[in-house]
Amino acid sequence: MLAFCIRRIAQAAVVMLVVGLIAFALFRFVGDPVVFMLGQDATPQDRARMSAELGLDQPFHLQYARFVGRALHGEFGLSLRQLRPVSTLFRERLPATLELAIAAALFALAVGIPMGVYAALRRRSWLTQAFLVLSLAGVALPTFLIGILLILVFAVQLGWLPSFGRGETVALGAWSTGLLTASGLKALILPAITLGLYQMTLIMRLTRAEMLEVLRTDYIRFARARGLTDRAVYFRHGLYNTLVPVITIAGLQLGSIIAFAIITETVFQWPGMGLLFIQSVMFADVPVMAAYLCLIALVFVVINFVVDLLYHVVDPRLRLELAAAR
Amino acid sequence: MSALLAVRNLRVEFVTRRGTLVAVEDVSFDIAPGEVLGVVGESGAGKSITGTAVLGLLDPPARIATGEIHLEGRRIDRLPPKELRAIRGRRIGAIFQDPLAALNPLFTIGNQLEETIRTHLPVTAEEARRRAIALLGEVGIPAPERRIHQYPHQLSGGLRQRVVIALALCGEPQLVIADEPTTALDVSTQAQIIRVLKQLTSERGTAVMLITHDMGVIAEAADRVAVMYAGRIAEIGPVREVIHAPQHPYTVGLMGAIPRLGKLGERLVQIDGAMPRLDAIPSGCAFHPRCARAFERCRRERPEPMVTATGLAACWLHAADG
Repeated sequence: MLAFCIRRIAQAAVVMLVVGLIAFALFRFVGDPVVFMLGQDATPQDRARMSAELGLDQPFHLQYARFVGRALHGEFGLSLRQLRPVSTLFRERLPATLELAIAAALFALAVGIPMGVYAALRRRSWLTQAFLVLSLAGVALPTFLIGILLILVFAVQLGWLPSFGRGETVALGAWSTGLLTASGLKALILPAITLGLYQMTLIMRLTRAEMLEVLRTDYIRFARARGLTDRAVYFRHGLYNTLVPVITIAGLQLGSIIAFAIITETVFQWPGMGLLFIQSVMFADVPVMAAYLCLIALVFVVINFVVDLLYHVVDPRLRLELAAAR
Repeated sequence: MSALLAVRNLRVEFVTRRGTLVAVEDVSFDIAPGEVLGVVGESGAGKSITGTAVLGLLDPPARIATGEIHLEGRRIDRLPPKELRAIRGRRIGAIFQDPLAALNPLFTIGNQLEETIRTHLPVTAEEARRRAIALLGEVGIPAPERRIHQYPHQLSGGLRQRVVIALALCGEPQLVIADEPTTALDVSTQAQIIRVLKQLTSERGTAVMLITHDMGVIAEAADRVAVMYAGRIAEIGPVREVIHAPQHPYTVGLMGAIPRLGKLGERLVQIDGAMPRLDAIPSGCAFHPRCARAFERCRRERPEPMVTATGLAACWLHAADG
C-alpha cells in the first residue's frame, strides 16, 4: 500500500510540474512585465535594474524553479487588478466554491443513485421512462440555460429563492461559510441544483447501466437461487457491486464540478473561484489565472488519488493483489 | 413411495417478437427422496431450462406455458414470488456451473454462507458462523476457520465449487439442482467434486437433479437417468440399464460415443448431423432425420414415452401396437 501511495504521489508531482510550466508560460504571453511596470519612457538602465531586481535576467529554468518554489508555499504574487496577494484572494473565495461544489455533488449522488437503481429495477415503469427523458434533458441543456430557467421560475416568478449571491455568511476562523444561516442555505439551493444537474443525470444513467449489468450476472442468479430476499439480492449484492464504478466516476466528476463551477458562479454571481477567474480573464490578470490553473490541476490530482484509494477500500480483489505484490 | 419432486407435462416457451419458441415440451419425471436423477443431453436440449423452471427462476421472455411442478405433493409452479423465494435455498438448493461467477466477488465466503443460513434458519449470528465453518469442513475445505475470511478469488476453482455446494446445502434442502457442476473444472477436480456432492447428499438424504452432458458423471453418481433431446425426454430409466441396454436410438448413439478402456482401437460411433434449432424442430419424432432406424411413422407422428424393458422411451420402436 505504501509503495502504491508513493508511486502515485510521484506521478502526481510530475503532472503538477508540467501544469506549473504551462501556468508559468502564461506570463510570457502578456508582454514584458518590466515595460508594463516602468512604462514606455524608462531608460535602459532603469529597465536593467528592474529586471535584475525581479530576477528576470536569470535563465529560464532558474526562473521556473523560483516560480515552483514559491508556488509550493502558495505564493503566486500580486493580482494585477486588485493589487492584493493571489493567495489571499483565493483564501477568501475558495470556501464559497467548495461549499457549492460539494452541495452539488451530494445532490447529484443523493438523487442520481436512487433514480438509477429504480430505473434498473423497474425497467418498464412510466416513472423510469420519465427519469430517462429528464436525464436526456439534463445532459442536453447547457448549464447556463438551466440556471437562468431556474432563476426565472423560482426567483422571479415564485420569488421563493434568491437569484444571486451567497446570502449571509458566518466566519469560522479563516473559513466563511454560508451553511449556517437561513439566507445562505436558501442562496445555495439553485446554484447547487444547476451545477449538479448534469452530474446527477450522468450518475443516474451510469447507476442504471451498471445495475442492469450486475443483475445479469451469475452471482445475482445464484443469490436468488439461494432464496435470499429481494432486498438482500438487489441492495446488498446488486448495489454494492454497482457502486464500485459509480464511486470512481462520481469522484472524478467532483474535479469537473469545481472546474465547471465557473459558469454557474457567473450566472448566479456566486462569489467563488470561478467568478474570480472569469473577472481575471477579462482583465488579463495573469497571476490569478496561473494560480487558478495550478489549483484546479491540484484538485484533479488529489481527487484521482483519493478515488484510487477508495477503490481499494471497496474492492477486496485490488486490495489483496497489492498485499500479494508487496 | 411418493415422489419428492413431480414434474408433469412441463412446457417452457420463449415468447419473442418473431414468434414463440418451445424450449421444453411435455417433460414429465419424478425424483424420489434421496434419489439422484441424472439429466443428460446436448447443449440446447432443454436440461438447464428444466432445472431453472423447477427453481422458479425463469426470466422473461422464458415462461412455463403449461404443466405442473409438485414438491412434496404441493404445487409450486404457480406460487407467488414470495412463497417461491421461501422454497428456494430452503427446500430446493442450486449449484451452478461456473463457481467463480456464482460467488459475489465483494463478500467473503463466510459472509455469503452466514447470510444464506440466517435467511432460512432461525439461528443467531454465532450459530450461523459455527454452521458455516462446519459445512466448509464437510465439503472438504482445509482450515475452514481461516478460509471463511477469504474472498472467492483467493480460492482455486475446485475449492470455489465446494463453497457453492456448501451454499446450496446450508438451508438443508430436500432437493439440490446441480446444473453442470463439474463442467468448468479440470478433470481431476471433477471426480472430487462429484464425490463430495454424492457423499453429502446421501448422508443428508438429499435428492439431486444432476444436469450434465457428461455420461461419465451420470454413470458415477446417478441412480436414474433422463436423456433429453430437442426439449423432450427421449428415454428415462435406471442408470445401469440405460447405459448397458439403451432403448432409444439416440441413447444408443450417445453410449457409442463414449470411449471405453480396454477396447483400444475400437471405432467410436458418431451420430450424424446436429440437434435441430428450436425454431426448426422436425415433425414427428424430432430425432428422425438423424436416426438410422427411422420409418414412416416416425416422420408423421410424435412418439409419447412408451414402456420398455428398462423404463420409458419416446420411440415408435417400442410401440405396443407396432
